[in-house]
Amino acid sequence: MSKKITIDPITRLEGHGKIEIFLDDQGAVTDTFFQIPELRGFERFVVGRPIEELPRIVTRICGVCPASHHMASAKAVDGCFGNEVAPLAHKLRDMYYHAHFIHSHIAHFYALAAPDFVMGPDADPAVRNILGVVHKVGLEIGGAVIGARGKAQEIQRIIGGRNNQDIWCLPGGVAKGLKQDELEQIAPWVDELYDFTQFSLQLFRDIVLANEAYVDIIVNGPYTLDVHNMGLVDENNAPNFYHGKVRVVDYEGNEICKYEQHEYRDYVAEHIEPWSYLKFPYLKQRGWKGYVEGIDSSLYCATPLARLNVADRMATPKAQEAFEEMCSVIGHPSKLLLGNHWARLVEMVQNAEMLKQYCADPEITSDEFRVIPQQITGEGFGIVEAMRGTLTHHYTCDENAICTSANLIVGTTNNNAPIQMVTKKVAQTLIQPGKEPDQGILNMVEMAFRAFDPCYSCATHSLPGEMPLQVSIFKGGEPYREFRRCC
Amino acid sequence: MPEKLQIAIYWGAACGGCDVSVLDTNEFILDVDALCDVRLWPIAVDGKYKDVEAMADGELDVAIMNGAVRNSENEHIAKLLRQKSKIFVAYGSCAYMGGIPSLANLTSRDAIFETLFMANPSIEPGNRTVPLPVSKVGGHQLELPRFYERVYALNQIVDVDYYVPGCPPVPSQCKAAILALVQALTGQAPAPPKGAVVGAFERALCDDCPRTRTQEKKIKRFYRPWEIMQDPDVCLMEQGIFCAGIATRSGCGVRCPKSGIPCRGCYGPAPGVVDQGAKLISAVSSIIDSKDPDEIDRILETLPDFTSFANRYSVATSLLQRSHGQ
Amino acid sequence: MTFEPKIVGFLCNWCSYTGADLAGTSRIHYAPNLRIIRVMCSARIDPTFVIKALAEGADGVLIAGCHPGDCHYSEGNYKTMRRYPLLKKLLRDYGIEEERVRLEWVSASEGHLFADLVNEMTEQVRALGPSPVKSGLALDMAER
Repeated sequence: MSKKITIDPITRLEGHGKIEIFLDDQGAVTDTFFQIPELRGFERFVVGRPIEELPRIVTRICGVCPASHHMASAKAVDGCFGNEVAPLAHKLRDMYYHAHFIHSHIAHFYALAAPDFVMGPDADPAVRNILGVVHKVGLEIGGAVIGARGKAQEIQRIIGGRNNQDIWCLPGGVAKGLKQDELEQIAPWVDELYDFTQFSLQLFRDIVLANEAYVDIIVNGPYTLDVHNMGLVDENNAPNFYHGKVRVVDYEGNEICKYEQHEYRDYVAEHIEPWSYLKFPYLKQRGWKGYVEGIDSSLYCATPLARLNVADRMATPKAQEAFEEMCSVIGHPSKLLLGNHWARLVEMVQNAEMLKQYCADPEITSDEFRVIPQQITGEGFGIVEAMRGTLTHHYTCDENAICTSANLIVGTTNNNAPIQMVTKKVAQTLIQPGKEPDQGILNMVEMAFRAFDPCYSCATHSLPGEMPLQVSIFKGGEPYREFRRCC
Repeated sequence: MPEKLQIAIYWGAACGGCDVSVLDTNEFILDVDALCDVRLWPIAVDGKYKDVEAMADGELDVAIMNGAVRNSENEHIAKLLRQKSKIFVAYGSCAYMGGIPSLANLTSRDAIFETLFMANPSIEPGNRTVPLPVSKVGGHQLELPRFYERVYALNQIVDVDYYVPGCPPVPSQCKAAILALVQALTGQAPAPPKGAVVGAFERALCDDCPRTRTQEKKIKRFYRPWEIMQDPDVCLMEQGIFCAGIATRSGCGVRCPKSGIPCRGCYGPAPGVVDQGAKLISAVSSIIDSKDPDEIDRILETLPDFTSFANRYSVATSLLQRSHGQ
Repeated sequence: MTFEPKIVGFLCNWCSYTGADLAGTSRIHYAPNLRIIRVMCSARIDPTFVIKALAEGADGVLIAGCHPGDCHYSEGNYKTMRRYPLLKKLLRDYGIEEERVRLEWVSASEGHLFADLVNEMTEQVRALGPSPVKSGLALDMAER
């Protein structure tokens, strides 16, 4: 019986990671460590760059959610120019962002998550993937999935020029508007996408909710945590992915705090461990308490489920219906982390309905999509909801609009501690003492993080490679000098 | 001998965008599935490192790796995949040239650490420690890859057979490149010459850009993209807006200038160009309308931080590769 | 053993190379550290050549052309003049010290000036020490 089980690399997510599971002599799981081995250092190498270049550089933090970084960055850059933005630009950006949300959620649900439910969590790894799913559900459905994703991407590309590695936002607005013929091209696709969201919900009902074993895993399984929830909401406490206030609600439904973009440092702080490059955010006012659940925990999730947990309602009617159906099964707020897969589908309905609203907006094809900024104010904040959690960009620049600092707290980073905890919980539940776990069991351990749709390339922190050392020199009892290395 | 081609798709210091670009070939992914067994592709498929370690040398027909080499794990897996594959492809700007992560080569590992840990405003006292290659927690030993002093492109670490440029490569080019490899491996067409850039054209971006250009490109100042309302039909450089297209390989469909945004060079140097940044020095200088050194300096002040425009995606493979200062 | 800098000199045929020739025929002694490459005009100097010289181990690079207004091809040296600031900027950001790369105007009759220039530049580069490029890249390899 092994003393250590390593899952390396973790798969069907974005980014690098490995899970180390330690066992005692009887074969029971004593500890698990979810380690993130990657780091690139964006917050350092964007310093010195013209601030308007950052929205095109930070997209390379993540190629799955570049639009999220682009939007958060654009908002922070706008702040550096006194927040003078053409009003139409905000509408266009929101429209573009809804299209992005749809194809990103489709990709996660069908390519990354669905294999566990369609093929089965312990299926042969060779077929437990999007290709196996397409074979099993048939080319008609497979083609519909690929087609829907393609259409949402094309809508994004038509509005803003690219469907990946976004380029479109500038200080004061966006680089191009939406022309009438472009609008006429995308309007029918929006309707098709709405239909696809309904199709996806029905598929979820047929494949997951109709399967007692799956419902049992979702409702009674170990994929649950007593930690809190974070998400962006509008003035009605409905989700808004592009702009709003950050709301944190505990798992019993009580609001813990609500803050504006520029206040984030008063509410969120980060903890570091020596065994992962990724930091561990927590609620600053409660202080770091370690990996503990409970009503006093300082940990929170920022995920689609968390967003719907902090929301009192959805922003659009059909999404509201889908939301109510979901809540009736998994509760509101819900601690059932596999409910994230359902929450994604509910969000897609709001994305589609919002797209339809924008298509009907008579102003949407106006050419007043950018203004020339008149002042450089030197600091800006941008918080958006990435598909996988609340994303914060905070920049400063000098009087020539050259970046002097950047601080980022990224979507998946918020979930680092919860993912640690639920991975351990699931490993301890599923790995039986004395029985070597097969690949199916290990895959079920991976299903714990997969519900969060993590994006570890979004992790951007560094390693110096040396032991921390602090030397304080006192002269005559008074502090004289201090030397530090790596701390 | 298996009927299907055995392939691996892997990421180094990457963002995932290149893996997504393969998925963006839409229905073509089903053709790939019909032709190939994908043995490793962490974004989509459950193959693990131990599965690759168990392969025979050359068992993979093609290994397609994106992302740069930033740490010891990236290097280790790049070398492992090179050993286990017949053809090794560097896919995307990071693999080809170091990419955006190689902007870190203009700073240093210590500076990254200083910014992200020592000066980071989000860390409270008592929570400040440092990730380490080896750490001990509760009696267990845990390991992390070593973060190198600088970023490397793949050909600085392993022998690369082909390059597919772009950040990310456009899906039509991804498809063209994969098809070219499949045809070469199945004997239907000769293989491209080793070291070739595939999935792109043998000309500069300007040759395919629809904007109008005159012979007389002469400017008295540069404009940052937010400073003016640009004319969408005229060459950006002629309007004083820096665009790297002039020294950049075409193949992307001119996706950025067509949308009102200047090129930043992600497809790498145009054919025949050794160092994209060095060429851009010439290109930018040649449009400055002045013979007076002071006026030239004033004009160049309107284009701050030229260095990050010169080698935006290619610091690692620029001639100097990284900053050599203190 | 004293460090002997290797300095590459790109000299234009009509003025600066002829000026260097004059220093030679006049039997003026000056530092032997310059390796001269003759080009027809300083405008022939692609910044790539300068950067490549540094990458290949040159401790310094001198670019010399005709005085502004005297270019044999009328305007070539203005092109050189326009390229130089951006070249210096890029080199600065890549950590190459200011004194390692210089642009100077030397006419065909300025043999003494040329000799003085080479002496001065040699001592400046000697004081800086060997170029950091090759040793830096070697250190990178070593840590892996």
